[in-house]
Amino acid sequence: MSITKKVGSKTGKPKGPKQSASQRKWAFGFILAAVVIWIFYTYIMNHLPDGMQTIVQNWFPPTALNEAMVWVIAALGLNIVVGYAGLLDLGFVAFWAIGGYSAGWFMSSFFRQVNIHILSTSPKTVPGMHISFWGVIFIGGLICAFFGLIIGAPTLRLKSDYLALVTLGFGEIIPQFFVNGSNIGGFNLTNGTQGISPVDNIGVPGRSLSPFDFSWKFFIFVLLTAFMVFMSLRLRTGRLGRAWLAIREDELAASMMGVPLMRTKLSAYAVGAFSGGIGGVAYATHVGGVFADRFNFSISIILLAMVVLGGMGNVWGVMVGALLLAWINSTGLPAFGDLVNNTFHTQINFPSYNFLLFGGALVLMMLFRREGLIPESRLKAILHEDDEPDTNTGGAE
Amino acid sequence: MSILTKGYQARQDRRRYLERTLGTLAALGILYWLGINFAKSPSQFFQASLIGLSNGVLYALIALGYTLVYGIIELINFAHGDLFMLGTVFSANFISVWFGKSHTGIAAFGIFAACLVAVMTFGASINVGIERFAYRRLRRAPKLAPLITAVGMSFILQFVGLHWNGSGQKTWNSILPNGEIKISNVTIPYTTIISVAITVPLLVLMSWIVSRTRQGKAMRATAQDQDAARLMGINVNRTISFTFALGGALAGAAGLIFQQTRGLTSYNLGYQLGLIAFTSAVMGGIGNLQGAVLGALLIGLIQGLNDGLPIGLGQQWSQTVVFSILILLMAFKPTGLLGKTVTEKV
Repeated sequence: MSITKKVGSKTGKPKGPKQSASQRKWAFGFILAAVVIWIFYTYIMNHLPDGMQTIVQNWFPPTALNEAMVWVIAALGLNIVVGYAGLLDLGFVAFWAIGGYSAGWFMSSFFRQVNIHILSTSPKTVPGMHISFWGVIFIGGLICAFFGLIIGAPTLRLKSDYLALVTLGFGEIIPQFFVNGSNIGGFNLTNGTQGISPVDNIGVPGRSLSPFDFSWKFFIFVLLTAFMVFMSLRLRTGRLGRAWLAIREDELAASMMGVPLMRTKLSAYAVGAFSGGIGGVAYATHVGGVFADRFNFSISIILLAMVVLGGMGNVWGVMVGALLLAWINSTGLPAFGDLVNNTFHTQINFPSYNFLLFGGALVLMMLFRREGLIPESRLKAILHEDDEPDTNTGGAE
Repeated sequence: MSILTKGYQARQDRRRYLERTLGTLAALGILYWLGINFAKSPSQFFQASLIGLSNGVLYALIALGYTLVYGIIELINFAHGDLFMLGTVFSANFISVWFGKSHTGIAAFGIFAACLVAVMTFGASINVGIERFAYRRLRRAPKLAPLITAVGMSFILQFVGLHWNGSGQKTWNSILPNGEIKISNVTIPYTTIISVAITVPLLVLMSWIVSRTRQGKAMRATAQDQDAARLMGINVNRTISFTFALGGALAGAAGLIFQQTRGLTSYNLGYQLGLIAFTSAVMGGIGNLQGAVLGALLIGLIQGLNDGLPIGLGQQWSQTVVFSILILLMAFKPTGLLGKTVTEKV
């Protein structure tokens, strides 16, 4: 609460009482939910009867929960690009990958030539670059933001669908670079398909979190998510966020009102990429390594489906969409499949249905509920402009 | 003229000059690269170009589907590549499973022709179905909506492919003759000749339909202005359906040719090839039919040369090369090689 106030006064904008109250409310609810989940997994779970414990392990394992939090972080980043600024990005996996490899480079023994230790959990005798997780988050984020600018700068003049294509191409090039990167002019930069593992543990005061320390890592991912939510909400109400929304709604009108198009779009890219990078670093520590072949197009699409399903532009919608789809993808569908197969003695391969599920979700949402599960009111109005007869469609392009 | 506009003019001029210089330098670099490769091994050079061009005609068939649809409703039909993939799976099943053919012969040619008709009908009907079910309802919606729908459709088609073809890559026997013609050191397989012999008439037919027939005229009118076309008595919905049918039929034919010349099917094939084909369509100037063919041949050639030449980046960088070209094109010449500059309608 005190944080909200401080930043509010820093930007020097008077906030209405209603707004700050609602901002306090989310923080309270969010922290409460996180603490309840954390207490459940850390203390209560082990005391449950065996039957209950298996159910929880099968349907809501702690690792799936952590992975879902990582997805939430990245989806919130994509939400800034797609939901706020209205720029379709089909190559978000690139930032996820770059973030992951920054973790691989700066948090492991991969570069044996050097021996750098900055607040790291690994012993000083181990060669390689070992920088603290908290530093790598920012390094990874900044590298991604830089690449976001590189890809954005020459292409943001383009119309939306061309832009989508360029991001898609970028999302293809970067993973291929990592796959082939074991020999860049004779230098092994990415270790090819073998990937880089293990990455260092996350260091918190007095502890070093091993890959299996789920409940503490959950806490850290929740913290990162909270930061993302905070950033998204604050940016949205700020000058930059309002400029994004204006561009999303009508680029021409926005530029007439004095919104600098290029700079505003680029900043959306940079901020979105930064968040994608944080997601990548978090994912690398969650998995305990980075593997080039995991970064493929379907990650971009799943992230997009999360944003679209939940409600473009609405932070809570995106969070719900991300948690839901991540859960379905990692646990829900296989667990449901096992249940059905065991009950009816069938041999249906349920995980293969996720293509249908994600594709169907995208199509049906676009056809029947374009604004998503938890819509954002402004976007809803735009997306249904065509419902009114005799009006020309415009904007949001 | 005020000072402000003068400054703007000067900046534009400088920018144009810079772009032209960079373009010339890049072209010189490519020429140098081609030159040293040619000097090193002429036969390998011709072989690589040949493989590249034969891929190029395949890309042209797919690229036309993209460019037709984009030309008429300004939608990047992401599902188009996956439609091609379904075409490959359909042809494989048609020939090898339903008709049980695995050897070449006179009967095989009959089945090949029957399959060509069947797969073109198949592709056309699926594409029309997708348009009817999804895109038509979104025609007046903001652009993001049909684009995301197309991505979703692509996933649904991949799901169909996954369940029809299985999760792995399948290899099939080709029923086309197996031999090859040898001209000094360059080999030309019969399959390449046959695929060119099918593709070129299809492309000519396509161009005839669009430029000479009544239906083609309706298509061009609809592409220019839907409302005006409607006022002139053109059935816009039917014209758009017809365009999707044409694109789908070409994708189906490409599927058959790919399956018979490479002898493999895989559910995730469509996405990569579709992207390459789309890149070609953009390269030629999207919406422009001749441009799509030219772009496809160029992309095929570039890819073939990169993969096959002694001094090149090699096959593992193939996608990177193609997509880098796409990004550079988008950044410096979004209208493509043959496209016209259009001012954004307000």
